[in-house]
Amino acid sequence: MATTELTQQGAARDAERRRRGRLKRLLMHLGLIAFGLTMLYPLLWMLSSSFKPTELIFKEPGLWPTEFEPGNYVEGWTALRNPFHHYIFNSLIIVAGAVLGNLLACSLAAYAFARLNFTGKKAFFAIMLGSIMLPVHVVIVPQYILFSNLGWINTFYPLIVPKFLAVDAFFIFLMVQFIRGLPRELDDSARIDGCGHFRIYWRIIMPLCTPALATTAIFTFIWTWNDFFSQLVFLTDPDLATVPLALRQFVDSQGQTSWGPLFAMSVVALGPVFGFFLAGQRYLVRGIATTGIK
Amino acid sequence: MVSTKPVSAPVAPGDVTARLTRRRGKSVLQKRENRAAYLFLAPWFLGLALITIGPIVASLVLSFTDYSLLESPNWIGFENYERMLDDPRLHNSLRVTFTYVFVSVPFVLALALALAMVLDRGLRGLPFYRSVYYLPSLLGGSVAIAILWKIVFGTNGLVNQVLGLFGFEDLPGWVGHPDYALGTLIILNVWTFGSPMIIFLAGLRQIPHMYYEAAAVDGAGSMRRFFSITLPLLTPIIFFNLILETIKAFQTFSQAFIVSGGTGGPADSTMFYTLYLYLRGFGAFDMGYASALAWFLLMIIAGLTAVNFIASRFWVHYGDD
Repeated sequence: MATTELTQQGAARDAERRRRGRLKRLLMHLGLIAFGLTMLYPLLWMLSSSFKPTELIFKEPGLWPTEFEPGNYVEGWTALRNPFHHYIFNSLIIVAGAVLGNLLACSLAAYAFARLNFTGKKAFFAIMLGSIMLPVHVVIVPQYILFSNLGWINTFYPLIVPKFLAVDAFFIFLMVQFIRGLPRELDDSARIDGCGHFRIYWRIIMPLCTPALATTAIFTFIWTWNDFFSQLVFLTDPDLATVPLALRQFVDSQGQTSWGPLFAMSVVALGPVFGFFLAGQRYLVRGIATTGIK
Repeated sequence: MVSTKPVSAPVAPGDVTARLTRRRGKSVLQKRENRAAYLFLAPWFLGLALITIGPIVASLVLSFTDYSLLESPNWIGFENYERMLDDPRLHNSLRVTFTYVFVSVPFVLALALALAMVLDRGLRGLPFYRSVYYLPSLLGGSVAIAILWKIVFGTNGLVNQVLGLFGFEDLPGWVGHPDYALGTLIILNVWTFGSPMIIFLAGLRQIPHMYYEAAAVDGAGSMRRFFSITLPLLTPIIFFNLILETIKAFQTFSQAFIVSGGTGGPADSTMFYTLYLYLRGFGAFDMGYASALAWFLLMIIAGLTAVNFIASRFWVHYGDD
C-alpha cells in the first residue's frame, strides 16, 4: 500500500516536473522569437518600405504596405548618372578579383605555415597573426601615395592586387587551422609516391580544404561587397563607383524626397549578402567558430 | 634543440659518422624545404613588405613632414605631433571614439554571452536562432544599414513612429541631435553581437559535461555552476572576443560617415577617430598630419591590446595551468 502510494506520488511529481519543463521551454522559445523579431524588425521594415510611396515611410511603422509602389525600384535604378547595374557590375569585378586573390595567395601561405618547417617560421607566424589586427586606417595614407605613384587611383587595382599578396591574413590563419586538422599521412604517402610540395598542395591539400576555401570565398565576398572605406579612398570617379559608393551618391544627391527609391536600392545592395548568408551559413558559422577556438 | 639529449654513453665511431651524415642529409632536405616554404610565402612576403610593413614605416617618416600630395614633403620635425596636442577636434574625436568603444563593447559581449548561454541549453531550433541573431553582424558595417539607421532614428523615423504609438510626442530626430547621435551608433554596434555569440557558443561546447555533472552531484546550484565552471573556463574566449571587438569598434567608419553625411556632425558628435583621419588625409590632403594621426591610432590600439594582455593574466584561465 505505502509503496504504491509513493510511486504514484513520484509519477505525479515527474509529470508535474515535465509539464513545468515544457512550459519553461515554451516561454524560452517565445522570448527568443520575440527578441529575434525585434532585431530583424528594422530590416523587414526596410524591405516593406521599399515598396511604399515615400510619404508613407514616415507614417507607417507597420510591415504591410497599405499602398504598393514597386516603381521605387525603377526610379532608384535610374536615379544616378549610370543605371544601377553599372555599379553592381563594378562591385562584382572587385569582388571576383578579391575572392580569387584570397583563395590563391592565402592558401599558398597557409600551406607553408601548416606543413613546412622553415627558418623563422615562428617569427613570421607571429607577424602574420599580428597583421590580422592591424587597422587599414593606419596604412591607408602611404598606400594611397604608393598607388597614386603607380597611377592606380581610380582603377580597381588597389582593391584587387593586395588580395593576391595575401594581405587578408585572417584567411591565412583560418586555413592554417584547417590544414593542421588534416592527417599528415596523406602528405607522407604522396611524398613517397614522388610528389613535390606544390603537387601535394595542389592535388592533396587543396581538394580537402574545400570547406575552408568556401568559408574564405563567402567572407571575402561579403566583406568586399560591403567595404566602403578603401573604395571611398581609391575610387573618386563617379563612373567607377561601386554599390556602396553609389548608395552614398544617392544619399548626397537626392535629399529628403526620394527615400522610397533609396530604400529600394539599399535592399538591392543587401540582397547578395543575404543570399550568400542563406546559402553558406554553415561555412560562416564554422569559420568564425574555428578561428575563435584553437 | 632541447630534445637532442645525449643517448647512451659509449658511442662507436661508426655511429658518429652515421649521425653526421644523417645530420648533413637533413640539412640539405631542410634547405630544400626552406626554399619551398619561401616560394609558397612569396606573395605574402611581397604583400607584407609593400602593403603592410612598408606603409607603416613610411607613415612614420611622413608623420614628420608636411606632405600634401601636390608638393614634395618638407621635414618639419615634431610639429605634427605638437599640433595634435592642441587640436580640439582631435581631442573631441578621441572622446567620441573611446565613449563608443567603452560603452558598446561591454554591451556586445554581455549580450553575446547571455544569448549563447540560453541557446546552449539544448533547445530545439538552435541553428535557426543562431542564424537570425548572426545576420545583423554580416550586414552591420554596410552603407545600406547605415542609411536604414539614419531613417529609423530620424525625426519621423520608425523609432519615433513606434514611440508615438505609446503617446510620446515632440521627439527629437535622434541621429540629428548632438546628444543622441552617438547613442544610435552604439545601438547599431550592439545590434551586431552575433559573431561573438557564435564564438561563445563554440566555446561553451568545449566545456566537458562531466564538470557540470560533478557539480550537480555536489549540489551546486545554477548560479554557482555558472560562476565556478562556465565563467572561468570561458575566460580565454571572453578575452579573445574582447580584443577582437575592441579593435573592430575602433575602426568604425562607414556608419558614422553615412549617418553624418561625411561630416562627423551634428556638432562633431559622431566624429570618430578614423573619420577625422580620413577628413584630414583625403579631404584636406594634409597627409603628413594624417600620418601622425595614423601612427597615434596604431599606438592606441597596440597599447590597449597590451593592457588587455597584461590584465588577462589576472582573470584569464588557460586549461594548462
